[in-house]
Amino acid sequence: MAHHPELPRTQGRSAAAERPGTDRGVRARLRAPTANRTTSLHPGAWWLWALGLATAASRTTNPLLLALLVAVAGYVVAARRSDAPWARSYGAFLKLGLLVLGIRMVFAFFLGSPIPGTHVLVTLPEVPLPDWAQGVRLGGRVTAEGLLFALYDALKLATLLICVGAANALANPARLLKSLPGALYEAGVAVVVAMTFAPNLIADVRRLRTARRLRGRRDRGVRAVLSVGLPVLEGALERSVGLAAAMDARGYGRTADVGPALRRTTALLTLGGLLGVCIGTYALLAAEGAAFGTPLLLAGVATALAGLRIGGRRTVRTRYRPERWGLRAWSVSASGVAVAALMVLAGSTHPDALHPPAVPLTAPPLPLWPAAAVLLGLLPAVVAPAQPRTPAASEPPAPVPRQTARLRPALWATAGQPGGVDVHQEPAAGAEAPRTPGGGARLSGYGRPGSHPAQHGKEPRQ
Amino acid sequence: MIRFEQLSVTYEGSAEPALHGVDLTVPEGELCLLVGPSGVGKSTLLGTVSGLVPHFTGGTLTGRVTVAGRDTRTHRPRELADIVGSVGQDPLAHFVTDTVEDELAYGMESLGLPPGTMRRRVEETLDLLGLNELRDRPIATLSGGQRQRVAIGSVLTPHPRLLVLDEPTSALDPGAAEEVLAVLQRLVHDLGTTVLLAEHRLERVVQYADRVLLLPGRGRRARLAEPAEAMADSPVRPPVVELGALAGWTPLPLSVRDARRAAGPLRERLAVRAPRETEVPGTRETAGATEGVSLRYGSVEALHRLDFTVRRGEAVALMGRNGAGKSSLLGTLVGLHAPTRGTVSVGGGAPHRTPPAKLLRRVGLVPQEPRDLLCADTVAAECTAADADAGAAPGSCRALVTRLLPEVPDGTHPRDLSEGQRLALALAVVLTARPPLLLLDEPTRGLDYAAKARLVAVLRELTAEGHALVLATHDVELAAEVAHRVVIVAQGEIVADGATAEVVTSSPSFAPQVAKVLAPRPWLTVPQVRAALADAP
Repeated sequence: MAHHPELPRTQGRSAAAERPGTDRGVRARLRAPTANRTTSLHPGAWWLWALGLATAASRTTNPLLLALLVAVAGYVVAARRSDAPWARSYGAFLKLGLLVLGIRMVFAFFLGSPIPGTHVLVTLPEVPLPDWAQGVRLGGRVTAEGLLFALYDALKLATLLICVGAANALANPARLLKSLPGALYEAGVAVVVAMTFAPNLIADVRRLRTARRLRGRRDRGVRAVLSVGLPVLEGALERSVGLAAAMDARGYGRTADVGPALRRTTALLTLGGLLGVCIGTYALLAAEGAAFGTPLLLAGVATALAGLRIGGRRTVRTRYRPERWGLRAWSVSASGVAVAALMVLAGSTHPDALHPPAVPLTAPPLPLWPAAAVLLGLLPAVVAPAQPRTPAASEPPAPVPRQTARLRPALWATAGQPGGVDVHQEPAAGAEAPRTPGGGARLSGYGRPGSHPAQHGKEPRQ
Repeated sequence: MIRFEQLSVTYEGSAEPALHGVDLTVPEGELCLLVGPSGVGKSTLLGTVSGLVPHFTGGTLTGRVTVAGRDTRTHRPRELADIVGSVGQDPLAHFVTDTVEDELAYGMESLGLPPGTMRRRVEETLDLLGLNELRDRPIATLSGGQRQRVAIGSVLTPHPRLLVLDEPTSALDPGAAEEVLAVLQRLVHDLGTTVLLAEHRLERVVQYADRVLLLPGRGRRARLAEPAEAMADSPVRPPVVELGALAGWTPLPLSVRDARRAAGPLRERLAVRAPRETEVPGTRETAGATEGVSLRYGSVEALHRLDFTVRRGEAVALMGRNGAGKSSLLGTLVGLHAPTRGTVSVGGGAPHRTPPAKLLRRVGLVPQEPRDLLCADTVAAECTAADADAGAAPGSCRALVTRLLPEVPDGTHPRDLSEGQRLALALAVVLTARPPLLLLDEPTRGLDYAAKARLVAVLRELTAEGHALVLATHDVELAAEVAHRVVIVAQGEIVADGATAEVVTSSPSFAPQVAKVLAPRPWLTVPQVRAALADAP
């Protein structure tokens, strides 16, 4: 009875905690889920986001804004990329960006730049060039303004590359290709197969160079690399034949019987559409005919798409768990589009801040609201599903059962006895040792009828 | 289920048919094991069932193969895809997509199954094969056993009535092989799938087989028989059958269990004897040693403070699961990897700092894929190149090849050799420089029992000549026959190191069949028993 007054209170508290719509419930629903096959973001959303950032980068040469864009892309990649092999490509794109920057600066240094400048850093001896090379300069004055202009320009290009790299690291390219329409399926498969071949080729080169070393030959230098070229190509060819056989044996290229009428319609629509696209494009590019160019182009595109759609009927393929475009995909792509749109808008409102002049030398300003717009690109770092970071996912060897540690004492204890050991009468060794080799999941209960219901068998065979 | 009618296959450019006059029927719902010495046309026979022979390989097929009523001459492999699932020798060559789940779904997508069915079957197959934890993993990061299971799963999802497997367990460690065989067993028992598989390691599979399709070769006809009956006149037999034949048991035992039941009298006869001691070399000089060696690739520590020594005249078998660090240890000994910490010494120097041309005369490695080592177009050219590499007298490699491969002519292309012949050639190439330390990585992969027996004889001779041998192997029978010492590696550490008889008999996974049959006495191999019985009055 003494506890009675407390009773409703405790009940009330627990009810509040469980009731949806309260603080905790909302937050739990808003929190990004862990990425798996079900929750992972549509790869197209990542590409739209990255292309949005890239569009924004193409609209400005302000190094502060560009650096901000790189930082935004880098942060999202760091927060949301997986441990998969394609996710490691981000580093490569970063290096590529730096290389572009370096090359542009070297060119600006040696070839000079058309930017007039007063701050001469160094004067190189100028190489006289013949008349036909007018406009090209080799050596001469190197001005700070010229270098700065080149730096801004190169930074823009590097940022574009890094944005594309971010998309590459975040979106599984194979899954993106799976979203292609059915008629383009074959092309998608070709690309996927090519992508899986590249790592195999590298592994082959490494293996053959190792073998060269084992034969006592040099494994470094151009000749060593060239000498493995032929066997590597041979291996690649063999592997592709093997893969083609495996794919065929698994039903690749099965087609449905479609009527000749449908086949003819498909061909007509596709060809007609492509013709329309060609003529339309030509009309748009030519001086006259802009009037009928656009409608013709659009009609051509529509017809070609219809052709592809009907053509898709010939393939019997179905799609396993196609990518879903959910609310999170919408918000990720919207954040990219918003960054792009706001930057385009800022181009008309803050033209000077977005393109800081190299002459005269001044520190570039940081326009506030375009910078804030760039920060919108950070949204995916919160919204997109987070990647599970398990050590098992990054390390190839299977997890080792814990029994390994216990094998040692058991082995030593028994191996020391004279005359060998009977495994069949030694429950300690017998119970532990068989689990030692082979890691990973093991089927239990095999051979015991009834221990595993035959879920498989319930389905009628095809 | 499968009907072969007067089947003969002749490949283009070869005078003799690869298969001749196969005429039999494999009934439905059985696990049928294809047995025969290497080069007898096992893979070809499997290919005719999935339709890849002759549609993909070329050649001429006479006769007829019908699978579930469909003639493979008129049906291309893709039109058989819904009834036949086939996995080749190398599972990596089989994968089309990049993650486990997509791979399982691929076949069903090609067949156009409805999405709901696909989803359900993928989930079922993930459970059936114990792959659920791996479902999102990129295939490139899987271990050998996992890959094999994914490959089997990927052909299971369309619910084929027939599964065709070429050497599914040859590249696997004993534990992973058991996993795969357990899966096959369940398919046959629970789902009624017909399984046709070829395997060299009969000791692993023969007890599971319902029928044996025997391809004896040498002009004898293929036939289908009960396993015990087929084993009686098979040219290739696992040790347990050999032991049964030696002891005169009928019917021949196929499993350790059968053999143990019959082995009572034999154990008694052997009780008074001990296996002839293999000479354990005494205080011979060290051929190679590691001291506290660690090796890291990225975040993975392949070797962890490992101490290992091998002396001249001694054969050491390195065992352990796939990815335990066996190959890494061999690579460290031969200077392919510089250790992250610790010291390695081979022939008085650190191998990774010795120039390759000099190292060649101290240590030699026959890699897992012996073909990598061979670079010339003919056997003769290979020998000349090996002499030049090793700085040996011209003709020394050829002399070795003649000893190891008496029947191979000079002009043969290394690619046309059988697996065992290629291994022998690679071994000869390595031995040309006469390295005191010889390392072999998985030497018995793809070898039949005859080729293995020849290899064992060669390896014994080498140790007698004072070479030190280190074999990284999953083959417990090979370890029992050759090794003086067995070292078990797990997670880059040595977990057991001792005389072969002691180490292998204390662990069922590493015990050879004869040891299991004759336990508790430390008999390891059939030749040991044969010698003891021959000595008997």
